[in-house]
Amino acid sequence: MKRRDFLATSALSAAALACRRKPEFPFQGELVGPDLALGHWLRGGAFPDPERFEPVSVVVVGGGVAGLSAAWRLAGAGMDDFHLLELEREPGGTSRSGRNHVSAFPWAAHYLPVPDRGNHAVLRLLDECGVLEGFDAKGDPRFAEEATVRSPEERIFAYGQWWEGLYLRAGASAEDERQYHAFFHEVDRWAAFRDAKGRPAFSIPRSRCSDAPEAMALDGLSFAAWLDARGFSSPRLRWLLDYACRDDYGSRLDTTSAWAGLFYFAARKQGPGEDSRPLLTWPEGNGFLVDHLRRPLGDRLRCGVMAVAIRGEKDGVLVAAWDHLNQRRVGWKAKRVIFAGPQHVARHVVAGLAEARPAAARIRNAPWMVANLTLRARPKEPTFPLAWDNVLRDSEALGYVAATHQSLKDYGPTVLTWYRPFAGADCDAERARLRALDWPACARMVMEDLRPAHPDLEGLVARLDVMRWGHAMVRPEPGLLWDPAFRALARPFGAVHFAHTELSGLALFEEAQDHGVRAAEEVLAASGRRGESWR
Amino acid sequence: MGESGPEAPAPTLKAPLLFISVLLIASCGLIYELVAGTLSSYLLGDSVMQFSTVIGVYLSAMGLGSYLSKFIQRGLARRFVDLELGVALVGGFSAPILFQAFAHTHAFRVVLYGVVMVVGTLVGLEIPILMRILKNQVRFKDLIAGVLTLDYMGALFASILFPLLFMPKLGLVRTSLFFGLLNATVGLWCTYLLATQLGPTRLIRLRCLAVMALLAVGLAFAGKFTLVLEEEVFADEIVYARDSPYQRIVLTRGRGSFQLFLNGNLQFSSADEYRYHEALVHPAFGVKPDAKRVLICGGGDGLAVREVLKHPSVQEIVLVDLDPAMTDMARFQPMVRQLNGASLEDPRVKVINADAMVWLQETSGPPFDLALVDFPDPNTYALGKLYTSRFYRLLQRRLTDDAMIAVQSTSPLMARESFWCIAATMEAAGLKVHPYHLAVPSFGVWGFALASRRDFAIPTHVLPGLRHLSDETTAAMFAFPRDMDRVPTEVNRLDNQVLVHLYAREWRRWS
Repeated sequence: MKRRDFLATSALSAAALACRRKPEFPFQGELVGPDLALGHWLRGGAFPDPERFEPVSVVVVGGGVAGLSAAWRLAGAGMDDFHLLELEREPGGTSRSGRNHVSAFPWAAHYLPVPDRGNHAVLRLLDECGVLEGFDAKGDPRFAEEATVRSPEERIFAYGQWWEGLYLRAGASAEDERQYHAFFHEVDRWAAFRDAKGRPAFSIPRSRCSDAPEAMALDGLSFAAWLDARGFSSPRLRWLLDYACRDDYGSRLDTTSAWAGLFYFAARKQGPGEDSRPLLTWPEGNGFLVDHLRRPLGDRLRCGVMAVAIRGEKDGVLVAAWDHLNQRRVGWKAKRVIFAGPQHVARHVVAGLAEARPAAARIRNAPWMVANLTLRARPKEPTFPLAWDNVLRDSEALGYVAATHQSLKDYGPTVLTWYRPFAGADCDAERARLRALDWPACARMVMEDLRPAHPDLEGLVARLDVMRWGHAMVRPEPGLLWDPAFRALARPFGAVHFAHTELSGLALFEEAQDHGVRAAEEVLAASGRRGESWR
Repeated sequence: MGESGPEAPAPTLKAPLLFISVLLIASCGLIYELVAGTLSSYLLGDSVMQFSTVIGVYLSAMGLGSYLSKFIQRGLARRFVDLELGVALVGGFSAPILFQAFAHTHAFRVVLYGVVMVVGTLVGLEIPILMRILKNQVRFKDLIAGVLTLDYMGALFASILFPLLFMPKLGLVRTSLFFGLLNATVGLWCTYLLATQLGPTRLIRLRCLAVMALLAVGLAFAGKFTLVLEEEVFADEIVYARDSPYQRIVLTRGRGSFQLFLNGNLQFSSADEYRYHEALVHPAFGVKPDAKRVLICGGGDGLAVREVLKHPSVQEIVLVDLDPAMTDMARFQPMVRQLNGASLEDPRVKVINADAMVWLQETSGPPFDLALVDFPDPNTYALGKLYTSRFYRLLQRRLTDDAMIAVQSTSPLMARESFWCIAATMEAAGLKVHPYHLAVPSFGVWGFALASRRDFAIPTHVLPGLRHLSDETTAAMFAFPRDMDRVPTEVNRLDNQVLVHLYAREWRRWS
């Protein structure tokens, strides 16, 4: 045998051995939606028109929370002649949920801070869902005990054990404590702010926020620069604030505007000096609200249908679409269209939009990975017990939420939903990195992340499924949110109206709903159905 | 040659002293058998079955040992010493091994009969080999008479001393270790008695000393075994210990009574549990004497059921307890079963193993007209949720409009705020509440809350013939002395769990 042959044979045997190797994990799972190939197909360009365009009053494009809320508002006004097109097989966007024999579980957004009495649209929705129980003597809303996050709400893993809460008090110095209180004193100051018209600096949805110059000025610098300027150097405090940025925006202290950083805390305050608003949650996360919104839609909801071209004519809007489930071209001629998808899709689909509105190119979306781990039994918990939100300090990920927490199940099988934003500065590079991960690489990432806190986890996992979100949430980078050209993206383009949480620069259920209701009310007004606003 | 060997004892062998070893090893052998039998009846219940099977397996293993002895040809003295050391190790550690196996594995019976088999086989080898060692020194008829007499006498000593002296003074674990030490001592002693047959003895004696040291360490620093460690915590002997997926269940026995602990917290003492369970059950029946369908949440020990069954109106009792290990123990562990009068076997009783709150939330059925809530104190979040306004609302969904509820609600003296927090929470859930209390010596002053959706008057009648409660004393329980009287508290909700924090703070003062 020649030396070269020998080497080749050895390499082949090694490869054969590697192929027969035991699977890396004692459990199974898969990568689940969204359909990356289908979405990216849009970029390809020309699509022939369908044979006919069916007449309809309104087409809503996109079945996320914004599109569902637009449909909810239209139906609420008695306008039932609409279709809602959703690219995926299930509506809900990043509020989607799943369900297996153990529990329902979220695929992304999983809670809602209780709304204040001025957030009419959210209150109306929660009332419909039976979560709003009434109002107290002061006129503030009261919510069902079973929908409010059950205590213990949060715990953090550090120094080899779990601790109650998200801010790590163990080992904090006097200076850490001083800065912690000084920061929340600043937050209180902003929570108390009212402009000349009586509007707060920070409120949810952001359409209620003041545009006073001193508040808007916060958007001009990064959260990191704002903290530096005020001497907030405590590593624990900065960890907490960085965690908040990653959690809510998929960005970091230096890629988040100071306005957005303070918004996270100040907009959730019940009042200066008071606690943050309690959170509402369900085993399936915000999928609970999605289920409520989709239920009355019936066959007006068209899943697996992707709008490929939208162009205004003088007497309406033509919507050409690809029905992926039936593999055929479909089309509608609508009086009005509500485009409730992201701008990076709109620019490919709505004729003339990209040229007319270059500001849309400034929007950056952070990619996310979400994994659902179905466990046969719970890991051993010798220190602070399992909470709803479970965070690891020394991790790029955000930790996990236990789906059975809210359904009161403290023993036996559970589903953990693990979150990781790809928060690096370059969104496109991060997206490419995420897209390159196959299932074993994703599973490895999840298990390696959780191993320090749960060394016994591997033997307990029955399934591990992974969702790769390429464009999970808009990043509120400095200078974006109050840029007039960015804010103008929410205005109608001919007879096409826009609704998406991205238009707030903040990825929140309330923002998506606010834009959906606004766009629907624009359409209702254009068709002469002016009524009382739900906003 | 065999039995026609020399008639006179050789001067080098000390036959009478070897006969004394027979007495000792016979005692040891019987002790291991008794340890295994007692331990398995404590843990598995049904002592007739346990003793019969343990004795059967043990005796047949001895037969096997006797048979195997013929295959040992040479070096009899050396083999005998080895045998002593083997019995010392396996027999001596049998009790700790079995307790651990029961507490931490699902294969207790396999380990039990395995240990009994090994010890029995080794013990079965002892006498034939010793007789063959002695056969050249003693006439056969004297040999057989002497050995068997001492063998049976050793058994008598062991069987009398085990229940009267060793069990009460040392407990099972230390008894088995102590006799292991005795076995090893016999081994060491024989290295002197049989020195002429052994050849070089240094290594053998070292082995003996090593085994003795191991057993002595086991005896002295028995903290290596959680059970023995716990015995120091519990102050009394542990007779039952089991880790279920939900909790650690321990029964201890001492000073004329026995106690149940869950995760180290006392749940009852057989000496005064009647006070607690009479107070939990009968005042509610005092208001609603005709209750037919009764729900019990918690109370897997079956003691509340025992009290409920005294009421002839009761047609059905549903008991929802989280832990099957708990309700199994109530059914099968002889001491607990005797205390609860085999209440869980009553045809009117239906046992459901589920988290009571999840069960209330996820199931439906005909309403109950009396509910008894008997959970451990709220010292974890998982227990704290069972004292929330949400729990009491879910409970009401399963009750008739005039149903009575009684809730164990910790000590109004030691944890005054916690006690009144429970009452306030029940009120916030829409119940009319009358709290009451009594003295349960092993707990201290203990409190309950009697409640209903409708207004009701404090009961003045209870079932006649109870050990503690009477018509005269019942109303008195509802009066609170000043140091236990109502204090304002928050309501315990799922989203604040204030009770868990309150309870931890208050009880810290007393520990």
